[in-house]
Amino acid sequence: MPEEMDKELERPAVAIEDAEHPLIEPGHSYSTVTDHISAIVLTRKTPRWWWIGFGISFIVLNILLFSLGALVIKGIGLWGINQPVGWGLDIINFVWWIGIGHAGTLISAILLLLRQDWRTSINRFAEAMTLFAVACAGIYPIFHTGRPWLAYWMFPVPNTMGVWPQVRSPLIWDVFAISTYATVSALFWYVGLIPDLATLRDRARVKGAKIFYGILAMGWRGSARHWARYETASLLLAGLATPLVISVHTVVSFDFAAGIIPGWHATIFPPYFVAGAIFAGFAMVLVLSIPLRAAYKLEDFITMRHLDNMAKVMLATGLIVAYGYMMETFMAWYSGNEYEMYMMTNRLVGPYKYFYYALLFCNVAAPQVLWFAKFRRNVRTLFTVAIIVSIGMWLERFIIIPVSLHRDFLPASWGMYWPTVFDWSTFAGTLGLFFALMFLFLRVLPMISIFEMRTMVPPAEGRPRK
Amino acid sequence: MSSQPIQSNAPLDLDAIRTQLSSVQGPQFWRSLEEVARTPEFQAYLDHEFTPGTSDWTDPVSRRRLVELLGATLGLAGLTACTKQPPEAIVPYVKAPEEFIPGKPLYYATAIPVSGYSDGVLVESHMGRPTKVEGNPEHPASLGSTDVFRQASILTLYDPDRSQAVAREGRISSWVHFLATAAALRETLLSNRGAGFRILTETITSPSLLAALRALLAELPEAKWCQFEPVSRQNVHDGTRLAFGEVLHPVYHVDKAEVIVSLDADLFGSGPGAVRYSRDFAARRKVGGASESQPKAMNRLYVVEPCPSITGGIADHRLALPVSEIEKFARALAAELGAVSGLSAPASSQAHAWVKAVASDLLRHKGAGLVAAGAQQSATVHALAHAINTALGNNGATVSYLDPIETASPQSLPELAREMESGKVSTLLMLGGNPLYSSPADLNFAEVLRKVKLRIHLGEYDDETSAVCHWHINEAHPLESWGDTRAYDGTITVQQPLIDPLYNGRAAIEVISALAGRPGVSSHDLVKEFWRARYKDASAPDSFRSAKDLGADSVLPQFTLDEAWQKQVHDGFIPASAGAGKRVTLARDLGAVLASAAAASIFELNFRPDPSAYDGRFANNAWLQELPRPITKITWDNAVLLSPAAAQKLNLVTGEVVELRHSGRVLRAPVCIVPGHADASLTLHLGYGRWRGGRIANNVGSNANRLRTSSQLWSMSGVEVVKTGGKHLLAITQEHNSMEGRNLIRSATLAEYIKKPDFAQEGEHAVKNPLSLFPEYKYEGYSWGMAIDLNACTGCNACTIACQAENNIAVVGKSEVLRGREMHWIRLDRYFEGSLDNPTIHHQPVACMQCDNAPCEVVCPVAATSHSSEGLNQMTYNRCVGTRYCANNCPYKVRRFNFFLYGDWESKSLHGLRNPDVTVRSRGVMEKCTYCVQRINLARIEAEKEDRRIADGEVVSACQAVCPAQAISFGDLNDPKSRVSKVKADSRNYGLLTDLNTRPRTTYLARVRNPNLELEKA
Repeated sequence: MPEEMDKELERPAVAIEDAEHPLIEPGHSYSTVTDHISAIVLTRKTPRWWWIGFGISFIVLNILLFSLGALVIKGIGLWGINQPVGWGLDIINFVWWIGIGHAGTLISAILLLLRQDWRTSINRFAEAMTLFAVACAGIYPIFHTGRPWLAYWMFPVPNTMGVWPQVRSPLIWDVFAISTYATVSALFWYVGLIPDLATLRDRARVKGAKIFYGILAMGWRGSARHWARYETASLLLAGLATPLVISVHTVVSFDFAAGIIPGWHATIFPPYFVAGAIFAGFAMVLVLSIPLRAAYKLEDFITMRHLDNMAKVMLATGLIVAYGYMMETFMAWYSGNEYEMYMMTNRLVGPYKYFYYALLFCNVAAPQVLWFAKFRRNVRTLFTVAIIVSIGMWLERFIIIPVSLHRDFLPASWGMYWPTVFDWSTFAGTLGLFFALMFLFLRVLPMISIFEMRTMVPPAEGRPRK
Repeated sequence: MSSQPIQSNAPLDLDAIRTQLSSVQGPQFWRSLEEVARTPEFQAYLDHEFTPGTSDWTDPVSRRRLVELLGATLGLAGLTACTKQPPEAIVPYVKAPEEFIPGKPLYYATAIPVSGYSDGVLVESHMGRPTKVEGNPEHPASLGSTDVFRQASILTLYDPDRSQAVAREGRISSWVHFLATAAALRETLLSNRGAGFRILTETITSPSLLAALRALLAELPEAKWCQFEPVSRQNVHDGTRLAFGEVLHPVYHVDKAEVIVSLDADLFGSGPGAVRYSRDFAARRKVGGASESQPKAMNRLYVVEPCPSITGGIADHRLALPVSEIEKFARALAAELGAVSGLSAPASSQAHAWVKAVASDLLRHKGAGLVAAGAQQSATVHALAHAINTALGNNGATVSYLDPIETASPQSLPELAREMESGKVSTLLMLGGNPLYSSPADLNFAEVLRKVKLRIHLGEYDDETSAVCHWHINEAHPLESWGDTRAYDGTITVQQPLIDPLYNGRAAIEVISALAGRPGVSSHDLVKEFWRARYKDASAPDSFRSAKDLGADSVLPQFTLDEAWQKQVHDGFIPASAGAGKRVTLARDLGAVLASAAAASIFELNFRPDPSAYDGRFANNAWLQELPRPITKITWDNAVLLSPAAAQKLNLVTGEVVELRHSGRVLRAPVCIVPGHADASLTLHLGYGRWRGGRIANNVGSNANRLRTSSQLWSMSGVEVVKTGGKHLLAITQEHNSMEGRNLIRSATLAEYIKKPDFAQEGEHAVKNPLSLFPEYKYEGYSWGMAIDLNACTGCNACTIACQAENNIAVVGKSEVLRGREMHWIRLDRYFEGSLDNPTIHHQPVACMQCDNAPCEVVCPVAATSHSSEGLNQMTYNRCVGTRYCANNCPYKVRRFNFFLYGDWESKSLHGLRNPDVTVRSRGVMEKCTYCVQRINLARIEAEKEDRRIADGEVVSACQAVCPAQAISFGDLNDPKSRVSKVKADSRNYGLLTDLNTRPRTTYLARVRNPNLELEKA
């Protein structure tokens, strides 16, 4: 094991050989890397835009608190859900947020195992994004219940009633999948932070900061033994997290696939959901990283090569998603089932047809520009496509959930679903929560892994200057 | 009252005060010198009664007031802790009333009259609280079923908006005060022989009330009695007078008819006898049955009507014609059949084929045909129907003519209004009714009423009429007072109270008795006295009916007077008191009388009683308001109903507001497009647009009475329809009217059915093998199941409202219905099939199917919905956290969610209404049909006490019990001899969406139509 570990450490960074598109711009040494990243947290003056951004996010976060407070006091009827559409923006946003989180886990776990070194500079904030997205997602399953104060009944809590959760329900699978996912993601993120927290502890000048980072660093001294254990732990966690990338969204897709509603009951859902999640996740990483690298002048660390790679992943998963749409349509026809066929007809010509067309534009048409290197390397285009894909993936959940529910088997009970102001304010509020947490993260923790970036520096330049 | 001194600038005239006081004899109390001096300031003070500013309290809360109130609430909130709750002693019965066992309901036979006619009912009473109305199985008008109004009337009983006190000029007074006024009034009336005294009543069929009224009128020869019913049967009476020369009451024997032709008669939807007619009709539709050898014969129903009704919905052939054309149709039919000599048939190309086909069908079934004209049709149409029935020998077979059930009053409302206008009326006593709201617009009742010096109103609600009356007496609900009424066939039905009047309300007979010099005698004593007298003196002269007819001779030989009374009260009606059919002969000059035909015009506007609000008397009943109207599925509104073609012509869509104009009167109302409506015709239901009807009724819909005139009560020609561009949101519960080609309601013609009795299973993809690795569950004990016969179901909504009453189902209000959150556990899906202009209408009651493979059960994360060992899909409210996953996954969409706290937990009076055997659900939980599990368990307890199995028919679900058509059967599927097992063995039996492998326990019997081949080809 230690031998393997050594090999792992000695392994040359693949990327360094690609001179044209390096993973780190030339001219950096170990100390410049460390200086540059830690300065954002420790020495640089908090930029004005940070205060503005955090302030706005914090205000929007308060909208969330208000919306949820009203929800608990008045009832779930504040939302636009009804009979037949029992789930609306609540579950749409839940799935959307969970999906966004996937990129972080994929980058930190699967790409780590696949030794894709280009992940290094983006994995830290992608993981943070995962955690915050899961936090936002987690709000919905609790507050979307009619009696949120009893939502804990979905956990196997020993109780005097002697009743346990009903394990045949996909919602219970969800509970376990999401809570495992949140736990592993948090651990992975935190373990990966420890060496950098130690660096910050050592570099901090203010006493409070020293104590803060000191406690969080858990006595990291950088000894070889620490490093060996660190590597073991992160590999193990990566191993644990890898199946989660697949399983979480697979289980989320079961919420629908296990139902009997046309538009839900489809075997293609698990892979199609996972691909969709990665698609959405990478779009969100791009949406976040492009402004960040500009604001903090991190173009040296998050290079065009990173953006290019992420664009490729988006293109690939986008094609899988497109295949999913195609298969849904094909199966609706091939099944010969009148309800399935009607479901598809309703998507195409029903009252929500423009949502479906918008979805096809956002998720199928728009990403096709990424076939061309010219567009992949144009930051503005890439940012626009990422935003479009984020919207498209939200629309996909809208199509799957309310549009399938609103017209199912008995035409007499068909209805319509329109979100209310409380639906939107809750959604906006979770965005507020996400960005408020993101801003805090940027301010307090190193957004790029310092120690991992140091391994990216070419050996000749990594040597300390004389 | 404030003790502030009255500000007066004028000096007091003390001398004048002294003289005034000295001139008074006896004790006279005075509060101040100002009072004695009767200064204008004091008068103003008295007039105000309350200190300035207090009037604001009765006004809607102003912003300033709201802030004050909020502040005060906050300040006073702390004070509650300082008060001690008054002690409330709980005293058990030392000697319990007979048969009174806590927790066990008792049933009492009584009657709930609507427009004077009663269907016998049994009312369930829990610890002295009436909670549920059922039909009286022995009563001929009910046979155990009821309509929606009787079901919902229990809510009216507990309605917090009911008038709760006697009021004098709008201020709370008391019955005793009224009695004093009544005594004084009596003195005056006796002295002037009742001149200027008028009594206005609703339809009276009650023998005792009529006798009391007659006695009073006999004392006051110059007083007059006027009867006004907004949904009157005047045309029925006029029609018989035209045809036979005397006023008669036609009663149909639908079960004996092979061919029924309805000329706009909503036989099964409204009017006296609707429940019985539904039952009789459905009995002739149940083809097949358990034994396939049963004769596959069915009756045939033709309906000609302007606006689709439930009767039209179940018809084998339906023809949409405007009212003016219906008269032509009736003429043509009569002429074709040669029913009236000297009648020439007007050429009516539209319905020519119809006339021929119907006539030949009627001719084929002489003596077994029935032509019924609707109560809203003109007297001419009635006369023609009678003539046809007479000509075909149907009289005495399928229709009998009785002496009128209701007694015609000497005065009509227009006559009364004219007298009031000229100032001839000095005192008007209104016993029930709400004429200010419901009288036709041309009478200007609101204005002429003000010319009456003393106006007394007895009513259940402090309504539009009572607002302008000097005295308002709160009327007792039928379940609070004694009385007697008559059913559609004349059966005398006894009305006994289930509860003491909640608000000390009075019955009409008590008010009359107070005026007749017997104040304070209870309705019980008055009614009992009347019947004892009747029994005792069987030969007492009476213009109404002889006591012999009233069953006295069948009762008296066996019983004492007291026993006879007891039996009558216990049974709820007097057996064999139905009227006997009379021999009638057609007037000879009928042909000449009917010679002139009415001119047709574009856009006739027809008024009809509303299926929910009726004439407005049920407008404050939230159950009825929220009940989707049978064809339109509108809730909480009325609308101008019109055909798709008319809408296209006028460029209107559903929800657009139009202005209806006729002879200077204007009414704004939204339109609703109804497939199958007659083209040149509009329909507007009565009973809406009330402004003082209570919190539920106010400002709902448009008041049709503002257009109605006394000469054109039911149909008004030449109405101008003007588009306003306004929009109105109609809360329609079913927006999608097509079955989308799905196999949901299966139907065939009789011929097809005979050829292929299992047509319903054709194209069925039901999963036959279990598709599971696990062995199938065996239902060892009971296995409950239900079957609904779509061939019998008329779509009358009675099941929906019976379920609501039985299961404490909350009302959600219009805004929530608009969002699709209505709570009904059993709903009626209505589909149109065929052409837009004359579609076939299908109804399908859908409640929880109690699937054996329930999709809802597997997805519940907390096991709040689970399967019982008897096959019930159970809902555990306490366990439900409200994820709504079950509702999403239910293919039948029968699960209902409490998005808010829908149940009214605040109104104290509604507490009494709740069925104690059913949980009142809270916010955030799912609910749905339970197959009335509380009734199953009640029967189980009884059976286990006696150590036996629950017998077939012992458990009757609420929907099954109420169904006038007996369409629903329920019972144990493990018992092959149970009724439901037999019904399910029928070849017409099929399950809904069985291809999903849900294995529903509720199944349907496919519909079989019996079309006339002559018309089918056309």
